[in-house]
Amino acid sequence: MPHSTRPARVGEGTGVRRTLIGFVLVISALLVVAPLCVIAVEAFSKGVGVFAATIAHPDTRSAILMTLATALIAVPVNTAFGLAAAWSITKFDFPGRSLLLILIEIPFSVSPIVAGVAYLFVYGMQGLFGPLLQDAGIKILFALPGIVLASMFVTAPFVARELIPLMQAQGRDLEEAATSLGASGWQTFRTVTLPNIKWALLYGVILCNARVMGEFGAVSIVSGNIRGQTNTLPLHIELLYHDYQTAGAFAAALILTVIAVFTIIAKVLLERRGAGRVRPIVATLGTAEAKDQP
Amino acid sequence: MKQRVLPGLSLSLGVTLFYAALIIALPVLALVFKAASLGPAAYWQIVTSERALASYRVTALSALAATVFNFFFGLALAWVLVRYRFPGRRLLDAVVDLPFALPTAVAGIALTTLFAPGGWFGHVLDPLGIRVAYTPLGIMLAMCFTSLPFIVRTVQPVLEELDPALEEAGQSLGASDREIFTRVILPLLAPSILAGLSLSFARSLGEFGAIIFIAGNQPMSTEITALLVFIRLEEYEYQAAAAIASVLLITAFVMLALTNILQRRALRYMQRG
Amino acid sequence: MKIALDHVVKTFNTFRAVHDVSLTVESGELVALLGPSGSGKTTLLRMVAGLEFPDDGHILFGGEDATLIPVRERGVGFVFQHYALFPHMTVADNIAFGMRTARAAKRSRAEISARVAELLRLVQLDGLGDRFPAQISGGQRQRVALARALAVDPKVLLLDEPFGALDANVRRDLRRWLREIHAELGITTLFVTHDQEEALDLADRVVILHQGKIVQQGTPRAVTRTPNSAFVMRFLGDTHRISARAQGGRVELGALTLDAPDVADGPAEIYVRPADLEWTRSGPGLAATVTRVIDRPGARRLQVLAGGDVLELDVAPEVEVAEGEAGQLRIVRSRIFAAS
Repeated sequence: MPHSTRPARVGEGTGVRRTLIGFVLVISALLVVAPLCVIAVEAFSKGVGVFAATIAHPDTRSAILMTLATALIAVPVNTAFGLAAAWSITKFDFPGRSLLLILIEIPFSVSPIVAGVAYLFVYGMQGLFGPLLQDAGIKILFALPGIVLASMFVTAPFVARELIPLMQAQGRDLEEAATSLGASGWQTFRTVTLPNIKWALLYGVILCNARVMGEFGAVSIVSGNIRGQTNTLPLHIELLYHDYQTAGAFAAALILTVIAVFTIIAKVLLERRGAGRVRPIVATLGTAEAKDQP
Repeated sequence: MKQRVLPGLSLSLGVTLFYAALIIALPVLALVFKAASLGPAAYWQIVTSERALASYRVTALSALAATVFNFFFGLALAWVLVRYRFPGRRLLDAVVDLPFALPTAVAGIALTTLFAPGGWFGHVLDPLGIRVAYTPLGIMLAMCFTSLPFIVRTVQPVLEELDPALEEAGQSLGASDREIFTRVILPLLAPSILAGLSLSFARSLGEFGAIIFIAGNQPMSTEITALLVFIRLEEYEYQAAAAIASVLLITAFVMLALTNILQRRALRYMQRG
Repeated sequence: MKIALDHVVKTFNTFRAVHDVSLTVESGELVALLGPSGSGKTTLLRMVAGLEFPDDGHILFGGEDATLIPVRERGVGFVFQHYALFPHMTVADNIAFGMRTARAAKRSRAEISARVAELLRLVQLDGLGDRFPAQISGGQRQRVALARALAVDPKVLLLDEPFGALDANVRRDLRRWLREIHAELGITTLFVTHDQEEALDLADRVVILHQGKIVQQGTPRAVTRTPNSAFVMRFLGDTHRISARAQGGRVELGALTLDAPDVADGPAEIYVRPADLEWTRSGPGLAATVTRVIDRPGARRLQVLAGGDVLELDVAPEVEVAEGEAGQLRIVRSRIFAAS
């Protein structure tokens, strides 16, 4: 056995090493990789024809369009929100900052079912504004606006969660330097802040998009599940699955799976450029009082 | 009027507060309001009904089991990813995020198909008398899947930052590998492990999409709380749905508070070290 | 540009960082704000820059009230402690940043690049304009930060711990070089440091801060020779403290009598630096025994025991003295303060 340049660290014994690597590889394969494979296999189990027919079916097409429309609205809005939240929370000190952070975190820990029910009680007939909205002839629930709102709730923290730890770590020096050199607020943001957070921002947007497109629980409550009208892709998958059109369900699922895989590839690529892992955001909030400490 | 050095506070904070109020706080308050309108007696009766209690039991126990599983598996995964170099490590690192990116409904039908009798794994397990699909075991399995990344991703960065000198100090003092692991490394990881466990548990309690396909959804045995809310809605029992949903909401708040406290502690620990 | 601070107060939550500070910096002067950590010096500098705003008091630039003028319009050049170079821009783009802002007077591309080249030459970084901040050394980054601050033709130059992150040799070079640049450009300059050597070496005038207040200010010579408090005496360099009693404007110490005209009767403290003590074999002085001899390149350092105090002093390399030897200490100069 060749001499190593340093003594072995804990767990570097060959036996331990092989056992642990074997253990995690087997479990990961069974628990995570196998589902991925089964989706691809089942999608084509009835042949490429059935796959193509499912994708081309008007109901699937309308579900895809519904999902795209939702993402097209919810993702930009949540991106703007994430940027605003990250800027205010990391560049300023104000009372209640931690409380605001926790408020932003709420959708992350609340069950999507709770989110759906909650929206029902705001805009539904049994809710706060339902009767009012009906009198005005505005349809929010069981239509695109409701789906968009519920999706926005569920994914509200995603962009902010990527940006806040990074911007907190970067501090305020760069923005202060730019301002001291005469740059305007917008110019400071565009030329100094944005270039340093762009990869994390991009990852946040991609992740937010994946979650919007895949949202199931909240949307299943507020959508009304009207085939060909208010079905998103995940709801359409459920419908096909319960209709015993398994191959069709998996064909639709494959579309979302491809998006998920692209999301992960994007993460790997962006992480190399410095976009962060998902880190707890509250934990990174220090106070900016200790400025006089050298 | 207080002067600010950097511009944009009123705009960014205004947008943030408006959006958080409209999109996050308003619905949550509406739900609380609806549940509160029941009155204490009726509320208590609904949330402690036999069927509701059974749903809490199966949800909490499955979540607990899934969290325990993820404690061991997540810790092992984080350890392997940080400490060992082997072919496919980067791929494994990427695969960990799949449960986070894959829509829950997709995960649900995939897991069900794998473990249903006659599925890839089902036809192996069935003859052994192990039924996964349509049993509490299935609920646990779905929870294991969706909450897998949490412990890995909270422990991994701490493990990466761990100073090798601490282990060398342990070795120089004559400690065995096992002693160093349990008495030096594990205590240092403990805050991040706890934070990960609470995140994982909270996520499992609220999970819906991945579970409803694989759970049998039989009242009193394989019906999770989130599904009971859904069923009450379909029965037009709006107040009952609100009441049971409020239980999930309160649990989520408790878990959020707990997670925050644990994460703060984890940070303090890291800074001290 | 003359800077005047008038009864400036700044509090963070409950921590009083700056406590009623008044200070004048003359046009073209090079002034150091010196103090230990937490003394409020950085907060003071940031208020002069417009990066913080005082809770009370005024800051005047050339007689005009600048207290609430935001940093963008204040016309100061600020060099940040960790430089705050934009990591995604080249050195040249960093320097040009201030000339390309909306507020800056419009300059052509050629004018800007000529000015950048000029500044690079000034900070002796010709040819490094295309590098990114991560690709240059700490000392070079420091000089880029200075060039960037100078690019906006500031009326006032402010530097926060300018050499704090650099190693000793680089520090010394950069200090001399900053002194030269100041002589060349004559910009009113204020810098913060916790290193007394740096402050004394570089500044025309040193302002010493302690717990948010100015405790003494003056030329390096004035503050080193006549420190007005035990704190300043201790903060500026190695000091020994000998306890004694003051009586009628005098302090008795063994066979020695020292004049202390301003010290009230009662317990007093005599402060001496190693260089204030002389070793003699005989003659009037403080009886002392050598406990240790440490040979150093320029001198021999003696550790002696005198009346229960351990004191240190230097003698010439040629002086023959051995451990255990008894002799006398002469106190050449000292500062005496009432015991606090």
